[in-house]
Amino acid sequence: MNLDDLADLAEQYRAIDANVEREVRVCMAASCQSSGAAPVLDALVAGLGESQPACKVKGVGCMGLCSAGPLVSIAHRDGSLEESTIYRDVTADDAADIIASLDGPPVERLRCPTDQPFFARQQKIVLENAGIIDPDSFKGYVAVGGYSALIRALSEMTPADVLREVTDSGLRGRGGGGYPTGLKWSTVAKMPATQKYVICNADEGDPGAFMDRAILESDPHRVIEGMAIAAYAIGANKAYVYVRAEYPLAVERLQTAIRKAKRSGFLGNKIGDTQFSLEVEIRLGAGAFVCGEETALMASIEGLRGQPRPRPPYPAESGLWGYPTLINNVETFANIAPIVREGGEWFASIGTERSKGTKVFALAGTITNTGLIEVPMGTSLRDIIEVIGGGIPGGKAFKAVQTGGPSGGCIPAQHLDIAVDYDSLKTLGTMMGSGGMIVMDETSSMVDVARYFMEFCMTESCGKCVPCRTGTQQMHSILDRLAKSQASRAELALLEELCEVVQATSLCGLGQTAPNPVLSTMRYFRDEYEAKLGDA
Amino acid sequence: MPPPAKQPNVRVVTLTIDGRDLSAREDETIIEVCRENQIPIPSLCYLEGLSVWGACRLCLVELAGQGRLLAACSTRVTEGMQIQTNTEKLQRYRRTIVELLFAERNHVCSVCVSNGHCELQYMAQKCGVDHVRVPYRQASYPVDSSHEMFRLDHDRCILCTRCVRVCDEIEGAHTWDVMGRGTECRVITDMAQPWGESDTCTSCGKCVQVCPTGALVKQGTSVGEMVKDQHFLPILARRRHAQ
Repeated sequence: MNLDDLADLAEQYRAIDANVEREVRVCMAASCQSSGAAPVLDALVAGLGESQPACKVKGVGCMGLCSAGPLVSIAHRDGSLEESTIYRDVTADDAADIIASLDGPPVERLRCPTDQPFFARQQKIVLENAGIIDPDSFKGYVAVGGYSALIRALSEMTPADVLREVTDSGLRGRGGGGYPTGLKWSTVAKMPATQKYVICNADEGDPGAFMDRAILESDPHRVIEGMAIAAYAIGANKAYVYVRAEYPLAVERLQTAIRKAKRSGFLGNKIGDTQFSLEVEIRLGAGAFVCGEETALMASIEGLRGQPRPRPPYPAESGLWGYPTLINNVETFANIAPIVREGGEWFASIGTERSKGTKVFALAGTITNTGLIEVPMGTSLRDIIEVIGGGIPGGKAFKAVQTGGPSGGCIPAQHLDIAVDYDSLKTLGTMMGSGGMIVMDETSSMVDVARYFMEFCMTESCGKCVPCRTGTQQMHSILDRLAKSQASRAELALLEELCEVVQATSLCGLGQTAPNPVLSTMRYFRDEYEAKLGDA
Repeated sequence: MPPPAKQPNVRVVTLTIDGRDLSAREDETIIEVCRENQIPIPSLCYLEGLSVWGACRLCLVELAGQGRLLAACSTRVTEGMQIQTNTEKLQRYRRTIVELLFAERNHVCSVCVSNGHCELQYMAQKCGVDHVRVPYRQASYPVDSSHEMFRLDHDRCILCTRCVRVCDEIEGAHTWDVMGRGTECRVITDMAQPWGESDTCTSCGKCVQVCPTGALVKQGTSVGEMVKDQHFLPILARRRHAQ
């Protein structure tokens, strides 16, 4: 298959819906489903029936504004989501009104203005199809240009060409570490081996993060396409998606996508009539946070206890069953198809000097617009929280935003103007992480926040290395006593020392970064710790 | 004339450890080079003959030009490395780690049959731990005396997994394993059933010999008798490897 054949196929798939003038799209991602999107979809389908063949109802992926769900959008032919009408907090009872208004003015009481900054200020690359295509529809994905990057790579590019584009793009790993993707890929590509593996890390488990889940639920083919391109570039013929079992909807959609891609010849033997073959398998994680750490993840795939091992050797050298292995996060793979399609230079023109492209963030906590956003790297925190996020509800004051989950830290109000990228966040003692942002207002206690994250790390520690296993437990007990105003100044000093030891001596990233929430809250909110001292 | 014998593809490197110039094969780890040269490096999970585990973190060393500490047991030597094994910072970290171990379970030397032959006790003396600053957790686990020859006391276990590894890698039985997460971790026999009911245990006693503390001991031994012999391990490991 070449690009022309694929373009013909896409044209055929578009022709199926050629007579459709309007699409009624119902968000069927996990968040909207939990607030009742399924009955809305049923009511709309039942209400429209066969009466209006020019109007199609379909379930789509995440539209972003989860706090206003269930969301329904009405798109006119060739209209993008941004230009369409979006309805918020829709119930099944509203279906009749929506159907009645299709030919006239929109239903004002349900309308969610699309010119508000939440929609207007975003730039979508990873999420370009989210909320527009039906994630279960292979034809829908191909109709919007899906798999063209893979076919282009296979038919017109050598693996070295693909590596060059990815390197030129400046893409850095979206799982949190920010390691240059091109460098990682070329390292694995250079390893001489009879067998290589690609792994997609979808074991997202940070409190407050749901980016990977939303991407998998909204556009699973995009992730598969990215993995296939990666496998071609490094010379692998076997790939795994390690996804946590707590994401049943994502798993289901991924399974459907893999099955359909395979049936259509985009996975399996001799993809696109080339010599390249790829098998993709799903591996379910049983819900251990440590299994997001790459060496623990690989142990889990091998059927062993999910525990990290010392690095080096890095997975690029000795990974799954000792073979060179490429591990990237869901969002990293979701960036690949556009990079191959538009070129590395295009991607590198977005973002900041050292952090290219866009980043998907999950806004959670006390913020008006909770949900999923995608903005260029370098957007200021103030823009994200006050403009796109709509600020703090209820007239309360902003206090801090927690980024990077249990490995990250809290950023106070005085640093809100910082441009968000990998390096600037590090200077503030926190990190990008996978992109969770938990916003806190003035009523939050920072000691409680630190205690919460320490409890998370303590219970999620695999128990292998001593500092992480027992250090986090001791730190949690001190924080617990602090929160109850029972701790002494000596214990506070001990807490600081334990932070240093656990950070410096733990075996894997989970332990090494576990003290970050404590250290960063101590750095900016030391007075709260002092005020909680029992002997103060 | 026959061609010259092919040289094995392993190079020799030179490095300095605590200011001493040393040579080593590049496939050796820092701890192996240190032990060869009588440079003391504390460790509890590392044991020659078993696979590297890297969990006790006591063997961490400082490498010039790198901020992050390296575990001597799992880091291979490279040309020109400059290593410090006993800086003030390392001593402080090691002390804290040993304290954390003491506080985690109920290690009371005076009523332990391994008193005087215990690696944890020895480590505490070496690291200068004369008191424990963190509170004892006072968790209590039942003692498993169901085996006719041996006894398991979780309260003295430091989860070094030497027993797990020796049973799997040397004896080939894989009776031992670890269950649970975090501080709830504990070693188990078979599917967490009493040791005496284990179908796989060969009663070889290797686990008891490699256990660094009094967690695994012979039944009915006195303090003076419970001396552990680990010299069999490198010899057995080499023979197993050669087969």
